[in-house]
Amino acid sequence: MQFTINGRAFEADVDIRTSLLDLCREHLGLTGAKKGCDHGQCGACTMLINGRRVNSCLTLAVMHQEDEIMTIEGLGGPQDLHPLQHAFVRHDAYQCGYCTPGQICSAIGMLDEIKKGWPSHVSADLNLPDFDDQEISERMSGNLCRCAAYPNIVDAIREVADIAADARTADEKDKVMADEVVA
Amino acid sequence: MKTFDYRKALTPQVAVDMFDAETARFIAGGTNLLDLMKLQVETPDKLVDISRLDLATIDEQADDGLTIGALVPNADLAADPRVIDRYAVLSRALLAGASGQLRNKASTGGNLLQRTRCHYFYDTGSRCNKRAPGSGCDAIGGANRILAVLGTSEHCIATHPSDMAVAMRALDATVLTLKRDGDRRRISIHDFYCLPEDTPHIETVLETGELITHIELPKAPSGRQAYRKVRDRASYAFALVSVAAVIHMEERRIARAALAFGGLGPMPWRSEAVEAAIIGKAPTRETFEAAADALLAEAKGFGGNDFKIPLARRTLIATLRDLTEQ
Repeated sequence: MQFTINGRAFEADVDIRTSLLDLCREHLGLTGAKKGCDHGQCGACTMLINGRRVNSCLTLAVMHQEDEIMTIEGLGGPQDLHPLQHAFVRHDAYQCGYCTPGQICSAIGMLDEIKKGWPSHVSADLNLPDFDDQEISERMSGNLCRCAAYPNIVDAIREVADIAADARTADEKDKVMADEVVA
Repeated sequence: MKTFDYRKALTPQVAVDMFDAETARFIAGGTNLLDLMKLQVETPDKLVDISRLDLATIDEQADDGLTIGALVPNADLAADPRVIDRYAVLSRALLAGASGQLRNKASTGGNLLQRTRCHYFYDTGSRCNKRAPGSGCDAIGGANRILAVLGTSEHCIATHPSDMAVAMRALDATVLTLKRDGDRRRISIHDFYCLPEDTPHIETVLETGELITHIELPKAPSGRQAYRKVRDRASYAFALVSVAAVIHMEERRIARAALAFGGLGPMPWRSEAVEAAIIGKAPTRETFEAAADALLAEAKGFGGNDFKIPLARRTLIATLRDLTEQ
């Protein structure tokens, strides 16, 4: 079987029953994603498939040979942390760290969902979801943290989301100014 | 997990052709099927991968309804602007279920077909007529807090776990299928699910190898829509009781109503008697109590789930009160 993971091509000869999670951990040496429950209940195995967050324990590797798969290893390493990894460190958003790779991959997928305007269960207006802490908690409910670092996880995600939102606002301002110059 | 033969289909007809034995299964999102295969509750000897079929779009119908491809992920369906605008009860039901990760993977067709979360169905060491026909039911007299109070039989008291399907029932959806012989069928969601009776392993009217291709929603109903779900934790939990409701008021009376219920029965539950109890009536406490009486007249608890009967009453009344307030 052939795979594209973190922009790299991999080949592996694995049993047909192998989950995407086990492929990465047991056969390709990508042990960042963790096996918690192996039943889609804890979120520790969260990866991004074509940019969407999924539970890698609940899908077969063989079904994803045409997809772009991203694991925590593809986001950044000790020398070049992704802004969310950096924020998790700064906000002490973990204790044991076991759920952290899944939390971060999930947060990346979740922030992209917010960018697309997707509502959540707690959105009062399905067309115009807010982005408060309650929204972060609801949208991250598929990621459990048995150390209960939840308040700091929410803070870390909020910080990155706010920086991204500020950047978007600045971009829009620049665009408006550019349009005015053209006009 | 038992091993299996894996085949990927690229067209619906090839998919049904590949489904050549009772023991085969289609796999789309796989979030429920693989979970059950790991526990050997499901032991297919062949998986037909339908995840790449061209059935992942949502299209307008000439009569202002929507045709939803069976492979549209739950997340995309919930966030579709047409669904949000016209079928808010469906968006709300989808968003009340599962987690962000699961909604990204789980398909619309698969959601309709997901299996009960009864503990005894999942535990292969227990007796379960749904998993092993004729073996008995350990849920009756067991830990049945999450199980059904309506539509049960002496053989099975499992609940259908879907939130989405409850909204689909309130919206009068139609399930479109392709059979192995190439025939296509249109099945009203009201005729799609089976009561357990003495064959709880048969959950739908689908034939062996019959593939769900689309779900159709008729033109959006007028009135206000809501999905109210009561569960053990605030997020990422199955319904103890849920109500999908569409209520249209005219001159301070309930002119039209569609009410479907989750967490109570072996299928998303809908009863004409409940709607008949409120249509044409003023929205008073007595009217709402009459609806609850109609819903729960035949309700039967099994000890651990007795609480669902008064909970369903209160949830229904609260939903009706919210939707009929001026």
